[in-house]
Amino acid sequence: MEVKKQLRIATRNCGFIDPESIEDYFAERGYEALADALSCGTPQQIVEEIKKSGLRGRGGGGFPTGVKWECAARNEADQKYVVCNADEGDPGAFMDRAVLEGDPHSVVEAMAICGYAIGATRGVVYIRAEYPLAIKRLKKAIEDAREFGLLGENILGSSFEFDIDLKYGAGAFVCGEETALIRSMEGNRGEPYTKPPFPAYSGYWRKPTVVNNVETFANIPAILIKGADWFSSIGTEKSKGTKVFALAGKIKNVGLIEVPMGITLGEIIFEIGGGCPGGKQFKAVQTGGPSGGALTSKDLDVPIDYDNLIAKGSMMGSGGMIVMDEDTCMVDFAKFFLDFIMDETCGKCTPCRVGSKRLYEILDRITMGKGTEADLDKLKMLSNVIKDTALCGLGQSMPNPVLSTMDSFMDEYRAHVVDNKCPAHVCTRLMEIRILPEKCVGCTLCSRICPVNCISGKIRETHVIDKDVCIKCGACIEKCKFGAIVKV
Amino acid sequence: MPRIENIAGLIKLRENARKKIQARIADKVVVRVSLATCGIASGGEQVLQAMQDEVEKQGLGDVVFLRTGCMTYCHSEPTVQITLPGRKPVVFGKLDEASARSLVENYIINGEPLGTVIPVNYVRVVL
Repeated sequence: MEVKKQLRIATRNCGFIDPESIEDYFAERGYEALADALSCGTPQQIVEEIKKSGLRGRGGGGFPTGVKWECAARNEADQKYVVCNADEGDPGAFMDRAVLEGDPHSVVEAMAICGYAIGATRGVVYIRAEYPLAIKRLKKAIEDAREFGLLGENILGSSFEFDIDLKYGAGAFVCGEETALIRSMEGNRGEPYTKPPFPAYSGYWRKPTVVNNVETFANIPAILIKGADWFSSIGTEKSKGTKVFALAGKIKNVGLIEVPMGITLGEIIFEIGGGCPGGKQFKAVQTGGPSGGALTSKDLDVPIDYDNLIAKGSMMGSGGMIVMDEDTCMVDFAKFFLDFIMDETCGKCTPCRVGSKRLYEILDRITMGKGTEADLDKLKMLSNVIKDTALCGLGQSMPNPVLSTMDSFMDEYRAHVVDNKCPAHVCTRLMEIRILPEKCVGCTLCSRICPVNCISGKIRETHVIDKDVCIKCGACIEKCKFGAIVKV
Repeated sequence: MPRIENIAGLIKLRENARKKIQARIADKVVVRVSLATCGIASGGEQVLQAMQDEVEKQGLGDVVFLRTGCMTYCHSEPTVQITLPGRKPVVFGKLDEASARSLVENYIINGEPLGTVIPVNYVRVVL
């Protein structure tokens, strides 16, 4: 029998139950983890169980969830908060949306469990306003849970009280960073602040606050029902359980996958993802979104977990995986992420605000064919300075796409500045489109499709491109039936 | 709605829910339609409507349609999972109104899995 590569814990109910029916969730032993916790577990026992499971934050940082809960539980305060970070902003990532739209009750239940464990009575879900369906289903779940006495006062007949509100994010990437998220929830500008104090000590309204990601919460009921030992038996030594990834980019089976930690990159790309479409060569995969780095074909045997990815100059991130094939220019790719960060930096600290702009300018220069070898040194130096000096995780990790692509694809950077060539033929200033005389039959198709009329030639005679006029749109390459037009 | 007062009440609700779901789907053809934002955007609602309409036209009484969240196969949305009585569930993808209608004829009536069948490559943890 074929071995199944995927294991679905966080997405166990997605696609199986009606997300708008609390009854469907009951049938999957919904809210039983909460009921068990309230009737036969002390808050300390819950914290211990989560610690023992080895669950680490699925939002990217990978901080042990149980330790976070323990800190918040130990801090005495008149009010504490449980916050669910549903501000999913990585380009190409949609794990949290799928969980919230497919199984919202699992998050509601887990937040209540967390509230009981740390002694909080209030929960807030910080969710992107761009996720209207997720918001609608989550609201319905919260209302239904209230009606059944699973939220509100005297939950399940106990003295425990807990309720959940929603706060909408306006789509700023930086607000996924927990301190900026807290500021945004308080009605201030979404700007991070220096840690410590960590939110578990002083967070939302300066009260002890646990901020966990959607996927982290979705794992909690499963851990409590099946036990910490079961959960910690899955995965690698330091990364337990599974991770949900959003496979996107140049890959056949674009989609959501949930795999046990320790699966190799090769298994994900080729066995689950089906490789690159059109028989193209796999080149690299960006994990961790704009904060992560590129893993290459040399890394196909690397078991995916938090520590291995960091050792490779990338990071787990929230789980976006953008696959690139041979037609991707790595300089252009790094430029894309810097462009994104340049827009998304909050502007509070200089390394991030000015650094992202300067990094972008250098990369842009290189793709325009105006880069020099000195630019490469400057790029590296500036990246390291930003890494060491930026205020928050967004800034510190922003140079990762540059550093990791320079690490693995230095020859490509050099080709741009030394040979004035873009090996992937992406940077238009560094490539030319030519007609191969030996293949051209003079069908005139290319000259008719050319938007700038730069192709000349009589019927049944070899055609020629006027390279001074050509805008390198590639329309002729797609139209040519004889493969006579190429990028060089 | 009655508030649940203790764990026994919750377990009773679970058993009732399971019985109710069983009664609804027992000996029936079960069609689950992937209707998260992505499935809806790619035409999942139209596929659902087309299949419901076709089932009605063909006079099939024993087909149950269920709306679910994301089935994770973005590469082949809209997708549906069909479970014939006593058979393993099969996932069909890349549907449109026309292929959804023929699916009723081909698979629900004749049991022939024609069209884009998506191999299932996961183990689901059931609590």
